[in-house]
Amino acid sequence: MSAQRTCWNCGQSKQESLFCTKCNALQPPPTDYYALLGLEPKLNLSIDDLQRRFYELSRQLHPDRFMRKPEAERQYSLDASSILNDAYRALKDPVKRAQYVLNQEGFDIGEQRSKDVPPELLEEVFDLNMALEEMRSGDDSARPQLEQADKNFTTMLSDVDQQLETQFTQYDQSKSRDVLTQIRGTLNRRKYIQNLLNEVHNQLATSHQPPATSHAN
Amino acid sequence: MQIDFGSTERVVGIDLGTTNSLVAYMDLTGPKIIPGADGDKLVPSVVSINPSGEIVVGNAARELLLTQPERTVYSVKRLMGRGRDDIQEELKLFPFRVASGSESVLQLQLGDRTYTPPEISAFVLRQLKQNAEAYFGEPVVKAVITVPAYFNDAQRQATKDAGRIAGLEVLRLVNEPTAASLAYGLDKRENGIVAVYDLGGGTFDISILKLHDGIFEVLATNGDTHLGGDDIDNLLLRIALEDVQSEWGLDLSTDNEGVQRLRRAVIQAKERLSFVPFTDIELEYRGKKYQREIQRELFDKLITPIVDRTLGPCRDCIKDAGVSVEQIDEVVMVGGSTRIPLVRSAVEILFRAVPHTELNPDEVVALGAAVQAAILSGDVQDKLLLDVTPLSLGIEIMGGVVSKLIHRNSTIPASATETFTTGVDGQRNVMIHVVQGERELVKDCRSLARFDLKDIDPMPAGMARVEVRFLIDANGILNVTARDLRTAKEQSVDVKPSYGLTDEQVEKMIQESVEKAEQDFTERQVREARVEADTILAAVEKARRHDAYFELSEEERAAIDRAVNELLLVYHADDHHLIAHKIEQLNQATMKLAENMMNTAVRGALKGTKI
Repeated sequence: MSAQRTCWNCGQSKQESLFCTKCNALQPPPTDYYALLGLEPKLNLSIDDLQRRFYELSRQLHPDRFMRKPEAERQYSLDASSILNDAYRALKDPVKRAQYVLNQEGFDIGEQRSKDVPPELLEEVFDLNMALEEMRSGDDSARPQLEQADKNFTTMLSDVDQQLETQFTQYDQSKSRDVLTQIRGTLNRRKYIQNLLNEVHNQLATSHQPPATSHAN
Repeated sequence: MQIDFGSTERVVGIDLGTTNSLVAYMDLTGPKIIPGADGDKLVPSVVSINPSGEIVVGNAARELLLTQPERTVYSVKRLMGRGRDDIQEELKLFPFRVASGSESVLQLQLGDRTYTPPEISAFVLRQLKQNAEAYFGEPVVKAVITVPAYFNDAQRQATKDAGRIAGLEVLRLVNEPTAASLAYGLDKRENGIVAVYDLGGGTFDISILKLHDGIFEVLATNGDTHLGGDDIDNLLLRIALEDVQSEWGLDLSTDNEGVQRLRRAVIQAKERLSFVPFTDIELEYRGKKYQREIQRELFDKLITPIVDRTLGPCRDCIKDAGVSVEQIDEVVMVGGSTRIPLVRSAVEILFRAVPHTELNPDEVVALGAAVQAAILSGDVQDKLLLDVTPLSLGIEIMGGVVSKLIHRNSTIPASATETFTTGVDGQRNVMIHVVQGERELVKDCRSLARFDLKDIDPMPAGMARVEVRFLIDANGILNVTARDLRTAKEQSVDVKPSYGLTDEQVEKMIQESVEKAEQDFTERQVREARVEADTILAAVEKARRHDAYFELSEEERAAIDRAVNELLLVYHADDHHLIAHKIEQLNQATMKLAENMMNTAVRGALKGTKI
């Protein structure tokens, strides 16, 4: 928990928890996701533990519980539960979790970075774009190529996810900014692949299916 | 379930429906509906204004729909939080009389006055409030009101405004399907995935929830705020109108009363068709008779497109919830239209499960609202609703593009923070345009409001840094606050809602309604006093022919005459105290007469007794 404070309600000093140890009034909540959830700022998290904490804190912090409390406490409850919901939404997803940590650590994770083609993918992306172009113009002969690309990029995506997991562990052990820089690179690569996959999926779904062939078994 | 009824604040739960509205409360045994004075649990959401200015709500107003249709309005929920351009489709199907000059807020013509949709809804809410007050014998000021889950910000705000105008403190807006799950959850499973399919009079919602030891977590919601039983009625009505046209050679659609009578006939036929395989649409009007048999098979064929329109949102909702059909443990049916067999079978096929229909689909939302009311008053402590926002929230950026800040199906309260700066040297204001919707371009989303960040310290372009926090509260309503990052000072924000009432307008309506309520109350007392006067005057008239009257002395009879005359003199005064006083005097004057009559009666009775 963040710095020690004095309770806004009764003046009791050394407030380290969400509720005052003396009068039990809700204190202004920390804005940091990990701090609010009472978690170490690690990139590898147990989703079960996260969910358990989320439900437990929801019961304590939700505005429903503060209807008959003073205005100040109702406002803290609104703040706290909105941060809690935002935190749960972000931290339960590994990619959003990593983005949050990068952001907190001062890394710029702007949108434009994901548009640069990772150099090792250049050739494959070039071929794919050709195939997509053919499909768009109504030429269905590129379908097998797209389906192959679908497989390739799906495999690539799961490789990237594995790489992320390894880097998460490295960061949790070292807290190194160099690892964070690597993670940012991996996230950009992942986003790029994800966008390509979405495009392939859309194209495969919108263009006509080939006529069904008769089964010969 | 843990219930502690130590709290003294009474909070009621209200289902403000398109067709019917209900009010409910929670006691030790569970949630209960409060009936109206006529004993009916459902208060039709119909409002009629008599030529004298008297406001009639509910069953009585529904009757007036036939005799004074131009002074009566129904299904006004369809207009809540909407602008003139939004409702062109509705205007083709519903006899709404939109007054001229309706810009951001619609004005409906009722007789010689105009009312906004929130004011009309407030009349319904006031009736429910009165029903609850009569039931408890004490004032009721706090309420939970339900709204369709798919209602946008403006529609929610309009509902909240209606509550305020009706003199209610709206503690919470609860989504209808979520409320329904609370009512069902009382005796159902502790853990699992539940889908709530809610097809009402005018709106459709689908919500998928995860139940977890008393926490009702909405995973996703979807719907259509303009799809419901009304649409089926209009479909049947169109056919019936065509029939009448060809049989009678008469265009009934221009005859307000005729249309309303025919509309009622098709609704009754529709309702019967849920229970019998065929029925008649029957109308007798102006000496003519129309009759047409309709079979369920044909009915099903007619309404299939409407039922199909609910299935797309269901599939999207399942996908957004991140569950498979097999993982859904239960399906709950809510809303009157779920009585229709075709609706039930469509839901059964889609979810591959027999839906729950144990609770009355008209009542379940109100019952759930009462449970939520008990949660807010602290009486129920082991349950908690975690709802979501149905639509994404975004701001307009360069080129009319939307930048999404809070995505749909985010658990609420939810927030997002953005930093804004100035584009020109010395710029003092920054305008933020907030929209709601899923599309990429501003023109395809719904404009919610424009927020004007004012009085920014003048400085070179790009130097100002104003942090804006967008927060969707537990009601699903947006709150915006801003802070100057350089000075850490609160930045003033001017809100211009795109559709809906400004705070000043609501305040004015509350003021008027308080005055109106006082006036209504006085009028009611005067009317009650007159009824009492009628009773005693009639009794005196009758007694004058009685033997006992002639046993009175001359003075006694003169005193009665005098008291009668005095009462008649004040009868039409608007002072119920005065009327009550004169009634009391007449009572005094006729005391002896009453005694004599009683004695005569006893004597008569004795005489008649054979010994």
